Amino acid sequence: MNNRVMSDASIMNTSAWQDLAPLLSVRDVNKYYAPGKGCGPVNFDLYPGEVMGIVGESGSGKSTLLSCLSARQTPDSGQIIYNSEQFGEMDLYAGDESERRVLMRSEWGIVHQHARDGLRMNVSAGANIGERLMAVGQRHYGDIRAKAEEWLEAVEIDANRIDDRPSQFSGGMQQRLQIARNLVTHPRLIFMDEPTGGLDVSVQARLLDLLRNLVSQLGLSVIIVTHDLAVARLLAHRLMVMRRGEVVESGLTDQVLDDPQHPYTQLLVSSILQN
Amino acid sequence: MTTMIRVSGLQKSFTLHNQGGASFEVLNGAQLEVQQGECVVLHGQSGAGKSTFLKALYANYSVDGGEILLRDGDEMLDLTQALPRRIINLRQHCLGYVSQFLRVIPRISTLDVVMQPLLDLGVDKAICEAKAKDLLSKLNVPERLWHLAPSTFSGGEQQRVNIARGFIVDYPILLLDEPTASLDATNRKVVVELINNAKARGAAIVGIFHDEDVREAVADRLVDIRAI
Repeated sequence: MNNRVMSDASIMNTSAWQDLAPLLSVRDVNKYYAPGKGCGPVNFDLYPGEVMGIVGESGSGKSTLLSCLSARQTPDSGQIIYNSEQFGEMDLYAGDESERRVLMRSEWGIVHQHARDGLRMNVSAGANIGERLMAVGQRHYGDIRAKAEEWLEAVEIDANRIDDRPSQFSGGMQQRLQIARNLVTHPRLIFMDEPTGGLDVSVQARLLDLLRNLVSQLGLSVIIVTHDLAVARLLAHRLMVMRRGEVVESGLTDQVLDDPQHPYTQLLVSSILQN
Repeated sequence: MTTMIRVSGLQKSFTLHNQGGASFEVLNGAQLEVQQGECVVLHGQSGAGKSTFLKALYANYSVDGGEILLRDGDEMLDLTQALPRRIINLRQHCLGYVSQFLRVIPRISTLDVVMQPLLDLGVDKAICEAKAKDLLSKLNVPERLWHLAPSTFSGGEQQRVNIARGFIVDYPILLLDEPTASLDATNRKVVVELINNAKARGAAIVGIFHDEDVREAVADRLVDIRAI
C-alpha cells in the first residue's frame, strides 16, 4: 500500500482489537419469575473497552439480566464466564461466593438508577469513596482522603464538600458521587442501570458527557441498561434490544437505531420525538 | 493501482413492519470498485438509493446480501460479516463519513468536536488542535465560535463544523453524503479543495453531490445508481 494514505492512520495499532479475549462471555442465560417475566435466553461476548447498551421498555427484562450479569441474581440456567484479573477465567455462579464479593468491590462497579441504593447516605461523601478503597486493603488515612478529593473533582463536585453527607447533595451530585465511589478502585467492568433516569435534562447532559469521557479515558468496559435511545446512541458501541425477556435484535448502535429490522425495534425508534 | 473498495451483489430492501409490512427493494445486485486516489460520484434521482448505498458502505445500514470489501492495510475486510468492534475500529482509522448534519453533543466546544476523531487515534493534543483550527479557518467558521458548543449555531455553521470534523483524520476511504448541500459558493470551493487534497494523498472517495460545479470539480467517474 502506498505510504501517502497511511499518514495519521498508521499510528493506530490496527491489529490491537483482535488479540484480546472476551472479558465476559454469556451463554444461554435464563431467569424467569413467571412466563414472560424475566429474561433469556441471552448470549453475547463483551470485549475489553466495549460499551454495550441494553434497551427495551419497562418490564422487558433488562434489569433482571443486569442483576444476573453482575452476580446479584442467580440465573435458572446458563453460564456467565468472567475473565478476572485476580482469579483468571471464572464461571460466576459455579465458583465461591466470596470471590464474587471481592469482584464486586474491586474489578467491578455497579451504578444504580437511584443513587441512594449505591451510596451510604449517612456517612460523608469522602467516606463513601474511601470505603471502596478500604475494602481493597488501603489503610493510610491521608492517601485515602487525597484520593477521595481527586475523584470528587473528577466528577465535578467541589472538593470542599468532602465532609458533607450525600443527603445534602442534589440528585445529579449524588449520581456523580456514586460514579466516583465506583471508579476509585479502577474497575474494569461497570454495570449501569438507568444512570440518568430521574435527572432533569441539563443535569443529564452533564452526566452523559462526564461518563463518555471517563469511559474513553479509562478504557472501561460497560454494560448499560437504559430505555432512553439517545443515551444509548451517545454512550454505547453496540446495542441489545429486549422485549418480554428476549433479545429481539442486536448489533452496532447506529445500525440498530438507523436501520432497525425487528418490528419492535422499529416501533421503539419511530416513537422518539423529533425536535 | 490499489483497490480500496470492492462491492458486489449488494441487496437491500426495507420492510416497515408497523406500516402494514410495506416492503421496498432499493438495491438489487449493486457493484462498485474504487481505486486509491479516485473519486466516484453517485447520481440518480432522489429515492434511487444513493444514500442507502453510501450508508451500507459505512455499515450504518445492514444489507440483505452481497459483499462490501474495504481495504484496511493489507487486508480486505468484508463489512457485511464484521463484528461491531471491528467496524468501530475501522471507522476510527480507516473509514470517514461526512454528511450535512452535525450530531451535536451537549456541552462540548466546537474545537473539541472537530478534533475528537484525531485525539481518539492517540495523536498529540497540540497537533490535533492546530489541525482543527486550520480546518475551521479554512471553512470560514469565525474564531469567536471555536470555544462555544455548536448547538446554537446556524445550520450552515454546524454543517461546516461537521465537515471540519470529517476531514480532521486523513482517512484512506472517505464517504461524502451531500456535504456541500446549502453551502455558499465560497465554502463549496473550500470543500472542493479539501476533497481534491484528499484524493492527492491517495484517499478513495465515494460521494453524492447535487451541485453540478462540485461534481465537475471532484469526480473522476459518475456512476448511475440504477445501473450498478
